[in-house]
Amino acid sequence: MHRFANPTRFLRLSAAILPWSAGLTVVLLAAGLYLGLVASPADYLQGETVRIMYVHVPAAWMALFVYANMALASAAGLVWRHPLAELFCKAVAPVGAGFTAVCLITGSLWGEPTWGTWWSWDARLTSVLILFFLYLGYIALVNAFDDPVRGLQAGAVLVLVGVVNLPIIKFSVDWWHTLHQQASVSRVGVPALDPTMLAPLLVMAAAFTAYFVTLALLRTRAEILDRRIQALRLAQAGGQQV
Amino acid sequence: MTEFLAMGGYAAFVWSAYGVAAGVMIALLASTLRGLRQRRAVLDALERARGPSRRRAAPARAAADQAR
Repeated sequence: MHRFANPTRFLRLSAAILPWSAGLTVVLLAAGLYLGLVASPADYLQGETVRIMYVHVPAAWMALFVYANMALASAAGLVWRHPLAELFCKAVAPVGAGFTAVCLITGSLWGEPTWGTWWSWDARLTSVLILFFLYLGYIALVNAFDDPVRGLQAGAVLVLVGVVNLPIIKFSVDWWHTLHQQASVSRVGVPALDPTMLAPLLVMAAAFTAYFVTLALLRTRAEILDRRIQALRLAQAGGQQV
Repeated sequence: MTEFLAMGGYAAFVWSAYGVAAGVMIALLASTLRGLRQRRAVLDALERARGPSRRRAAPARAAADQAR
């Protein structure tokens, strides 16, 4: 893994991957939007509002996926002093916060016509709101230190403590029978979601993943540039004749 | 087309949801690209300020020279 910890190698590798991930994002988004908005049927009970699912559910999956990535990166950064891991973590946090916000807002827009309420302190809704605050807390904490290295380490600890929220979100719908429905896609046995609805959902999820990969690469590159700028400024301020 | 846009009477909810998702994703992409461009400009200016003679000795270049 340390082969990829080298920033120069990462810059080269990411430059090779970026055109593909960006192209894939565009193609998958176009296909997902067509399938979700045009080719798939309306629900017999919910009508057209079911189409909100094709952005709400992938955004929710990404909110969890990005946080899980940040937790792995934080562990790698703390245990192996992996220099890129911490930069990656800082780079993707706003993307995770964005997906969580999309999940919450689209959920609200889906809740009003189907449940008759914009918001409820349901176990799933509340735990996802906490995830959103964890993202915001991490971003604030990392930027609160004068020394960027200490900020990244404090943030990594916060991310690892917050991991406890991930299983709570996942199983909240089984542990507490409040308002949010249970999982339909990963359910074993009974087919809970018709293939005509499953297809746009999975294509949109793939599109969101490709979008995340593209932004993660771009933003990690920006963090590496930031590090170089800091190093050059330090060298200048110290008046070193290096 | 009108029927498609009406979304069975739920246009406000469906299109708002897609609009919010598109808005957030485009805003994140735009701020990412802007951040990259700004940092590249700063880095270029800093490296120019160091001058051509000292420039070769910058840490990244030193490593590159070693690798050569």
